[in-house]
Formats: sequence, structure tokens, C-alpha cells
Amino acid sequence: MLASTRTNWVILKTCLEERFIYRADFAFATLVRFLPIITQVFLWGAIYSGATAKNESGETELNNYTYHEMIAYYLLAMLARAFSSMPGLASGIARDVRDGTIKKYLTQPIDMLGYLFWHRIAHKLVYYVIATGPFALIFFLCRSYFPRALDGPTFLALVLALVMGFLTGFLIEALIGLVSFWFLEVSSLLFIYMMLNYFLSGHMIPLDWLGPVGEWVEFLPFKYLAYVPAAIVLGKQGYVLGGGLEQQLLIEATWIAALLILNRIAFARGVRRYGAFGG
Amino acid sequence: MPAISVRNLSKIYRVFRKREGLLASIRGLFHREYEPIHAVDGIDFEVQRGEMVAFLGPNGAGKTTTLKLLSGLIFPTGGEATVLGHVPWKRENAYRRRFSLVMGQKNQLWWDLPAQESFRLHKEIYRIDSDQFDRRIQELTDLLEVRDLVGQPVRELSLGERMRMELIAALLHSPDLLLLDEPTIGLDVVSQRKVQQFLKYYQKERQITVLLTSHYMKDVEALCQRAIIINEGLIKHDGPLEEIVDRFSQHKVIEIQFAGANIPEDLDSFGEVFETQPPRVKLRIPRQDVPATLNALLDRFTIEDISVVDRPLEEVMAEFFTDSHNDSGTRLP
Repeated sequence: MLASTRTNWVILKTCLEERFIYRADFAFATLVRFLPIITQVFLWGAIYSGATAKNESGETELNNYTYHEMIAYYLLAMLARAFSSMPGLASGIARDVRDGTIKKYLTQPIDMLGYLFWHRIAHKLVYYVIATGPFALIFFLCRSYFPRALDGPTFLALVLALVMGFLTGFLIEALIGLVSFWFLEVSSLLFIYMMLNYFLSGHMIPLDWLGPVGEWVEFLPFKYLAYVPAAIVLGKQGYVLGGGLEQQLLIEATWIAALLILNRIAFARGVRRYGAFGG
Repeated sequence: MPAISVRNLSKIYRVFRKREGLLASIRGLFHREYEPIHAVDGIDFEVQRGEMVAFLGPNGAGKTTTLKLLSGLIFPTGGEATVLGHVPWKRENAYRRRFSLVMGQKNQLWWDLPAQESFRLHKEIYRIDSDQFDRRIQELTDLLEVRDLVGQPVRELSLGERMRMELIAALLHSPDLLLLDEPTIGLDVVSQRKVQQFLKYYQKERQITVLLTSHYMKDVEALCQRAIIINEGLIKHDGPLEEIVDRFSQHKVIEIQFAGANIPEDLDSFGEVFETQPPRVKLRIPRQDVPATLNALLDRFTIEDISVVDRPLEEVMAEFFTDSHNDSGTRLP
């Protein structure tokens, strides 16, 4: 147990060192990701300025979201995605399978999924180091858009949802990557996943805007990647403590367990099929 | 108990057979034809502990597939193998801690980090004691003459230096078995020699079992006493290296140095003249004709020096592989 913790720590440390090598490129890529946030804020501003529906207080409202609530929702969804998005994970696994680099995971006494997990944590940690400043600035500037201050237990539930969002995102993308044991090229599958993710996670619009489709989406794991953390902060119906949030988090934990089992099965079956082409 | 024991081991790949042309490609979207490729076709062999064995064969013969099977990288289609008492494709950690697979064309080190960072990671992965780790790093970097380079990013190293670092990473945990797939591929003569010398010394010192594939016969001659020749997934020869020339070459070479400055003109009647550097000449003659040809040459010419030698291993192997290839075509993609 202790030895395994040490190994994971060294994997994490080595990955961190690697990520800091190309610091300029990484910092640039991270900062560029904030541009869509700004454009999205302006886009929602334009949409709301053209809307005519008003609520009881006389504010413009679309599907029960005022402009401020929408911006708050969007920023929270982006915060959730900072945990749950896994750029390059599935395509990296597929590349390793295709070019034979996966050999190191199969011939050394290490667990590939565990190794990739710690590698991803390092990736995220470096991302947070660089992104915390800009995120804090945006949240500070938009602080008046957030409806309420979180109490301790709700804050803990949010942290739990973000961490579980990370695990859910990691396991879904790893599973897509493992499909490459069957189909060497997974870029189309990944593209479809990205599209679904964008729509069904609540990244594009809140899931409660989807109407009857939203009821189906409730049964999928995608909502945990963006919508759920935002809904917790905004206190949406079904996402408050004592009002359904506990069950939501429990269902998410079940999804994580199921995805983990699926990953293990896919890996075990995949390596049996593996032909180790490419020398 | 042998270090490696292989019984009737086979690996059949199912390979998509694409026909030529656009129409065939469109048809392939709905109906695909697959072809079984017998990469390894029921082979048997044993390797004793402390042996260093060469695994020879042309491209696509099944050498690398065999190494992949023995390292547990792929599952066999049939047959059995035990390596150091383990079934390789079960991939038990206890087995994975006892062997190393080095592929000359695959990089295992972290590309952007100095090799010492990869070594440290290996230390944890293989649970190497700190004192032992320091001792081994010192020993291996000294032997391979790369001590000053361990702090340099791997991407900045030359191919030869990188391969030496790969060998260090592979040997840090003192494996009992080393599987080497083309360890000197692409290296310059100096680096090749260094790697050869190191492997020879290390194997002798540690008495580890080594299975080596290489297209460079110089590697093989320098390192191994025994060779297994595999072609079309089948073992064609398993025995001492020197037997290969006897078995596969029907010719010998007579090297003659004539007494004068010139060479006689009608030497073709004695055998195939394949190299002339007056007054020296080399003749290739059928093995059974050696005594008669020697007598005839000595009777007829004034000769200063004459010797009969085997053809170089490289030449014999090249001929053998070319003949096999022409007989049946290449087996693997």
C-alpha cells in the first residue's frame, strides 16, 4: 500500500515535471481557452437583449433563467468542465495502441489506467495553477450574478460533485480510448462523444431547457460533467441538500463504479485482442 | 529447469485483405475479406538459464512476434510457454519484475525529460532499494559511458546514447531475462560496438538469460554461441552458431595469394571468382570439391599463400533468406 502510494506519487511528480517543460505553450493554450468564455458572455447578452419575455420582477427571462442566472450558470458549467474535460486522453490511448507505445504498460509491473489517472491529475494540477487567476478574476467580476452564498455542506457537495465529475469524465474518455483495441481509429467516435457531451452535459445550454429530451438526459452520466455542479450552486430543484442532491451524488457514484468496471473489462478483453502491430 | 520453454506455440493474425481499386474499397465497406497469417506456426524450443541465444530470420519471419509472446505483450493462438516459471501472457507482476523487453525501434524513456527521471520512475515501479539503485546507476552509466548524459533531456541525445539509456532503464531492476529486439538498429559502428561489448560483459558477469534478434550478423557473432533460425513462422535451425554455415552453405571460399604480381587468367575453371585484388583472389567452390581443387591449384600455379575459409555468416544468411523469400514470398505485412 505504502509502496504503491510512493509509486503513484513519483508518477505524479514526473508527469508534473514533464508538463512544466513546455510551460509557454501550456500557459498560452490555457489562457486561450478563456476567450470562448468571454465571447459566450457577449453572445448571451445579445440573445437576452432581443428577448421579450419578462418575469414577475420585470427582468428579461428565458426558460426561467434571467441573464444574470444564465451567465452564472455558464461560468459554473465552465468550472465543472475544468474538472471533467479530458483533452487528449482517448486519442492518446488510441495512439499508444496504434503505434505500440502501449507496450510499456503491458510489460512493466504497472496498471495502465492507474498510470493514466495520475498523469491526468498532473495535467489538471498544472492547468489549475495557470487557470486559477483568470477564473478567479472572471468570477469576481461577475460575483453579483450568483444568487446566493453557499453554506458549508452545500460547498462540500459541490466539491464532491466536481471531483466525481473528474472521475466520470476520465472514465468515459478512457473507455472510448480503449475501444481502439477493436477499432484502431477512434477519432470519429470521439467526435460524436464530444458533440453529445457538449449538448447533453449542459455545456451548451442548461439541461432544463431541453424539455422532454431533458428527461432522457437525466438517465445519462453526461449531466455530471457540467450541469450538476452548476445546478448545485444555483440551487435548482432536485439539486439541494435534503431535496434530492444526495440521491444525485449517489447515482453519480454508481455511474463511476459501473464505468470503472467497464474500463477494467474493456482493458482485459482489449489486451487479449491486441496484436502489437508496428514493431 | 529451463528459463524459457516453448511448446507448439503459434500466433495467427487475421489481416484485412484489401483488393486494389476504388470499387473494391467501396465493396470493402460492406464485406471484408480476412486472411489468416501464421506469424508463428507451432514452434518448440528451450533456452537454459544463463544462455545468450540469437533469434534470426528475415523480416516477417516471426522473430518479433515470438518475443512479444514471451514478454506477454500478445496472447498466443495456441501452444504453451513458460518463462522463468510463469506463463507470460498472464502478465503477473511477479513475472514482469523479472524480465525486460528492449525494442530498438521503440522508445520507453520520457522524451522531454532527462533519462535520470525515467530511471527514478523505474526505481519506484520495480520497487528497487535506494542503495541498490544508486549502485546500479553508477555501474551501468560507467559501463555504457553515459554518466555525464543522464541529466540531459532524452530528445537531445543521439540514437546511440538513447539506446544505451534504454538498456540502463531495462537493466535497473536486474532482470533474469533480457529480450532484445534489434538493439543496434540504426546505430553507427562505434555505438554498435559499445552496445555489443556491454551486453557481452554484462551477460557474462550476471549470467542472465538473453534472447536477441538482430539483422546485424556481427552482433550475433560477437554475442551468441547458439542461434535459432525462424522463417515463415517455423524453426529452421536450432544449434551452435558455427553449424549454420555448415548446414546452409554448400560452398567454401579459397583465398589465394599468387607468387607474382598478377593473377592467372583461367581461374574460372576452378570455381567462381568473386573478388580479385592482384595478386590475391577469392574463389567460391562447392564444398565437396575443396580437396581436388586445392590439389589442382597447387599443381598448376606458384602460390605464396592459400587458405580455405567458411563463407561469412552474413552472406550465408542473406542467401538463405533470399532463397526462402523467393520460394514462398513474404508472410507478414
